[in-house]
Amino acid sequence: MRLYELSFWEVEEFFYKLAEIKDVIKEAGLLEYYPEFKKDLKLPAQATTMVRHAFPVFQKGGVVMDVTNVEQATIAENAGAVAVMVLDKLPYDVRKAGGVARMADPKVIEEVMNSITIPVMAKVRIGHYYEAKVLEALGVDMIDESEVLTPADEEHHINKWEFRVPFVNGARDLGEALRRIAEGAAMIRTKGEPGTGNVSEAVKHMRIVMKQLRELRSLLPEERLKKAREFQVPVQLVDLTAKLGRLPVVNFAAGGIATPADAALMMWLGADGIFVGSGIFKSQDPEQRALAIVLATSSWDKPEVVLEAQKTISESKTMMGIDIRQLKPEELMQVRGL
Amino acid sequence: MKVGIVAYQGSVEEHALMTYRAMKELGYQGEVVEVKLPEDLKDVDALIIPGGESTTIGIVAKRAGLLEPLTDKIREGTPVLGTCAGAIMLAKEVTDAKVGKRSQPLIGLMDVKVIRNYYGRQRESFEAEVDLASINEGRIHTVFIRAPAIVEVKGRAMALSKLDNVVVFAQQDNMIATTFHPELSNSTAIHKYLLRLAKA
Repeated sequence: MRLYELSFWEVEEFFYKLAEIKDVIKEAGLLEYYPEFKKDLKLPAQATTMVRHAFPVFQKGGVVMDVTNVEQATIAENAGAVAVMVLDKLPYDVRKAGGVARMADPKVIEEVMNSITIPVMAKVRIGHYYEAKVLEALGVDMIDESEVLTPADEEHHINKWEFRVPFVNGARDLGEALRRIAEGAAMIRTKGEPGTGNVSEAVKHMRIVMKQLRELRSLLPEERLKKAREFQVPVQLVDLTAKLGRLPVVNFAAGGIATPADAALMMWLGADGIFVGSGIFKSQDPEQRALAIVLATSSWDKPEVVLEAQKTISESKTMMGIDIRQLKPEELMQVRGL
Repeated sequence: MKVGIVAYQGSVEEHALMTYRAMKELGYQGEVVEVKLPEDLKDVDALIIPGGESTTIGIVAKRAGLLEPLTDKIREGTPVLGTCAGAIMLAKEVTDAKVGKRSQPLIGLMDVKVIRNYYGRQRESFEAEVDLASINEGRIHTVFIRAPAIVEVKGRAMALSKLDNVVVFAQQDNMIATTFHPELSNSTAIHKYLLRLAKA
């Protein structure tokens, strides 16, 4: 069990304090980002920063599974997934198909929403404000602004503070993660290299984030100021992260996880939970594999449970996977949206 | 005092921190441990079933062989706090607001009927203040995330707090259920209530 010095409530107070700073500086016409003002809230209040940041807390220790239809969503729910992510094609197929990858058909997302009890997430293209608005109107529980789809805006991400629905974003290092949080993301995941069935990039990204968090704790105030400029985020956010010793929002692993042991490895490295993309429904044994990955994720610190989980699946049925070194630079998804 | 948190999934760390703070405020000595396997239940004086997805917690607990010994431990009188998904796990009768009745592994000892996703989806999730006068505490500011509702309280179960006429906090002897999240709130009141039950 990992214990931190600050409670969820205290972390949220910090975000609202940032909004108060905005209140003061706003008169000068500066700063548009950050949460609503807490003093303006009339309780009960929906879709506040705290409500958006709270949602992913209840996903921790769980597995979010990529699905393309109701049948797969039902398999995921029965296997104990904490949520499903609806997309048009699994990342592996996106990679094979080429062309422009866009958000899933809203009719399919709606069907999935009406057939299962667990939360439903969906992906939008990086910077595609309107795909996100459409999904918000549809009522999905979380939006993934994802590098798996073809970016719609090469320069900007969506200003996520403007939305009532929480967002999850990918990151390869601490700077990217904090930039997305400063843009309003309620949850972070490693990017890994989607659709490869190869966990190596997810491991690399998680290790970089964890190493940078340890380094941040050793920095003096003036060094943190320099770090904030390097990361292009407010120094206050860097200070909070240093004090907390972890990202101030939930942090999952994604991109290439294909087996129970892969999931347990990512949890051991410090992930709060797991996204599995192609790993389940591109394997030959999706039902058993989905349950096995759920068991391994929730009991990652018990090797005997992970062993039992690993035994229920067959390595010959695991998706073949792609060696990252065989990919051409333009085929990498992780370099989209930095 | 040893407090065990069913630690497969959900707000485990948040509950642990608030439990430690509650112990400190009450001047109790104790530790918080993770419960994942039946042997983890040994010497546990109080239990917490956290918020998360009740289907996930139930499926994993059943598979790990924990569901039965956990149910026995609670039936024997060990104080337990179930928040959100934990409240669903404790309830005897559970349905979903949209898809109706589903079979899911439950503890099912508390004489209440719970409707999952009662308020709707994440966009209907909200923060609010809950009055805890019934346990001699003030108001706490907390969140309801895709929260369930306790719609019927029967037998020995009692409603302790309501929000807009919906029961959000109930107790039956050693079992406490909240549909909101005290572990994400500004107060350790509910955790202190659990610890006092365990001490008594």
